[in-house]
Amino acid sequence: MAKKATKERAYITSIGTVAAGRVSVNKAYKMYVGGAFVRSESGRYFQVAASAVAGSADPDVVNIPLGSRKDGRDAVLVAKNAHEPWAGRTAFNRGQILYRLAEVMESRRAELTASLTRAGSTAAEALAEVSASIDRAVYYSGFCDKISSLLASHNPVSGPHFGFTVPESMGVVAIVAPEEPALLGLLSTILPVIASGNTAVVIASKRDPRTAVVFCECLATSDLPGGVVNVLTGDASEIAPHLAKHREVNAMDTWSDDDALRTLLEQEGAGSVKRMRSHDARACARLRDESGQGIGYIEKFLEFKTVWHPVGV
Amino acid sequence: MKKEITKAGKATLARTETPTLDFGHAWDYAPAPESSDHVKIESRYDLFIGGEWKAPKSKKYFATVSPSTEQKLAEVADANAADVDDAVKAARKAYDTHWGKMPGKERAKYIFRIARAMQEKARELSVVETMDGGKPIKESRDVDVPLAAAHFFYHAGWADKLDLAFHGRRVRPLGVAGQIIPWNFPLLMAAWKIAPALAGGNTVVLKPAETTPLTALMLAKIIQEAELPPGVVNIITGAGQTGAALASHKDVNKVAFTGSTDIGKLIQKNLAGSGKKLTLELGGKAANIIFADAPIDQAVDGIVNGIYFNQGHVCCAGSRLLVEESVHDLVVKKLRDRIATLRVGDPLDKNTDIGAINSKMQYEKIHELIAAGEAEGGERYTAPCKLPSKGYFIAPTFFTGVSMSSRIAREEIFGPVLSIMTFRTPDEAVEKANNTMYGLSAGIWTDKGAKIFWMTQRLKAGVIWGNTFNKFDPTSPFGGYKESGFGREGGRQGLSAYVEVE
Repeated sequence: MAKKATKERAYITSIGTVAAGRVSVNKAYKMYVGGAFVRSESGRYFQVAASAVAGSADPDVVNIPLGSRKDGRDAVLVAKNAHEPWAGRTAFNRGQILYRLAEVMESRRAELTASLTRAGSTAAEALAEVSASIDRAVYYSGFCDKISSLLASHNPVSGPHFGFTVPESMGVVAIVAPEEPALLGLLSTILPVIASGNTAVVIASKRDPRTAVVFCECLATSDLPGGVVNVLTGDASEIAPHLAKHREVNAMDTWSDDDALRTLLEQEGAGSVKRMRSHDARACARLRDESGQGIGYIEKFLEFKTVWHPVGV
Repeated sequence: MKKEITKAGKATLARTETPTLDFGHAWDYAPAPESSDHVKIESRYDLFIGGEWKAPKSKKYFATVSPSTEQKLAEVADANAADVDDAVKAARKAYDTHWGKMPGKERAKYIFRIARAMQEKARELSVVETMDGGKPIKESRDVDVPLAAAHFFYHAGWADKLDLAFHGRRVRPLGVAGQIIPWNFPLLMAAWKIAPALAGGNTVVLKPAETTPLTALMLAKIIQEAELPPGVVNIITGAGQTGAALASHKDVNKVAFTGSTDIGKLIQKNLAGSGKKLTLELGGKAANIIFADAPIDQAVDGIVNGIYFNQGHVCCAGSRLLVEESVHDLVVKKLRDRIATLRVGDPLDKNTDIGAINSKMQYEKIHELIAAGEAEGGERYTAPCKLPSKGYFIAPTFFTGVSMSSRIAREEIFGPVLSIMTFRTPDEAVEKANNTMYGLSAGIWTDKGAKIFWMTQRLKAGVIWGNTFNKFDPTSPFGGYKESGFGREGGRQGLSAYVEVE
């Protein structure tokens, strides 16, 4: 049915057909903690504007929870409780779950691509970023059961002892995700951390938190146990320093072009001898290509345990 | 040296017809048949070459039979030299045109597809594996098929990480791999061969054993449905001559063989001077060593798992029991009582522990060796298990008073027959365990950890199980010392068989 386009809005459903007169349902964007989608306990929000894109069910402005220090604390508790069961699964099982994530992302290509386009990527850029993200999920899914083969050792000690060193996950890792690339950057920092059995509390990009939430919907349907990955939206400068001080957070991974923030977090982390890793804008950009994945990303969040046992009758 | 058996011991052992444990009807189980009516077996299968099913140029087919019912299950093609040539040509074409050049991360995704489809079709594969080969459904459902799918899953993840596996050295595929596999773990052996070959960037021509072709052919269908480029995997059925034609084909770059030591030696000799790479996984006569300080009850179950799992059709079976002299009588008594409780029968029944012997030929061979065991002075005990009237079944059997030089101590029986010998010191255990041309596996039972590691340092075996037996995993390299073959399958080390590393 023809409409006077100058006077009336065209209502666009999520599959892109014009349904004259039909009102669409707006999505509420929430954080992802303990396997559930939640608002900030503070009730605060911030707004993200988007380019109007054909096929988008979103209005021009959406409200995103503005995460608080307490949200961070609650997420750490959840991640801590999820650590032992996650690390206790077989590496094969973790690999299967990460592969399932890739399957789910592949089936949601259109939604992920649309989300990136809304945040300002061109169609071609969005397509490339989604493909690269799915392939990176496949890459890390095939890594879980290979970490030990590559990084453990038998130690040829001088004496009648059987000695070996095995890698173990550290526990809870706090991640300040890169502002860009919003999907590939988020996934590239989370997956190597959880592949080995760590759990994560993540502060997503403030520039494009919407894509982070769509990614969380993929996590939620991929058999990943609740609490293994927890994603907060909001200001890294507000939440991250508290995570850096939190004694139940074992390590922190900061991807930010804010030099002052990186230094502050490293200072705060020293109080609990936290394993601190920091990456600047150049490192964030490198996540876009092949050097954005690899064993180094996994190794940075491993502890090494050495065991001795006598040999003799 | 034959161990002196006491008079009381002899009397106990001679009572083969009357078990000392009698459960009456307390141990009668209701039948628990696994349903097979959802399973699709074609009446006739052609050769899977170049992504299509092609009739054999030989125009010949042969039957595959269920060893538990002696019924024919299907007809499969008998590939001749021309068919083998077609398959190798298809593999070469696939390697040259796409697979050899495809980036590892794309190859990986194809291999993941195979793994997932195997999980989706797991029950059907298990039922057919049991019908075609005779192994209990408990094993094919819980061990063979899950492990086979896991092998594809595991190796898919290596396809784009080969540089890591070899410490940054440059890695290249070999080209076309010709692979010949046995009948004891038909689908699992196919997975052990195909998965690493594909991960390394090679294309494959695989010949399953003539008595167990069906699950390999179902795997071919999975590969076709996964839309792997045509010719990347080719599966051709046939018997010894087909295998010989494949192993000696000029355009095969790599030969992988799992089977008897005799055939392995023939293949190795045949390839001499050709420059082709070869890996062999051959027979075994593993020592399962029980010390006096072992957890005895668990050790007895370890013995049972070691030699009666899969009817003893296991290259790494614990077919020689070396038990410390002071606990010999205790262990033998417990073993005798334990094997009386094993259920031998219809492999499709979920309660069955021991299924059918794989073929008439193998059934006769085992009986020949049992007769030899008795002729050479061993004392036989066979559990009084009720056997079905049709099909090839042998009840679990062990021999005591076995001398190290007798045939049943030296030759691989490949059946549910255990040869028991004793030792007094750990040094003697090592000496006896290593006194074989084989070197595939060994088991050590003791509560003392230091003793396990002392033994593992001295045993000449590629796989050693401490306080367990017959454990397999895609991440764990498997293979033998000495005449049990060379090369490893599984783990980082297993990748070397399928790549050239600079």
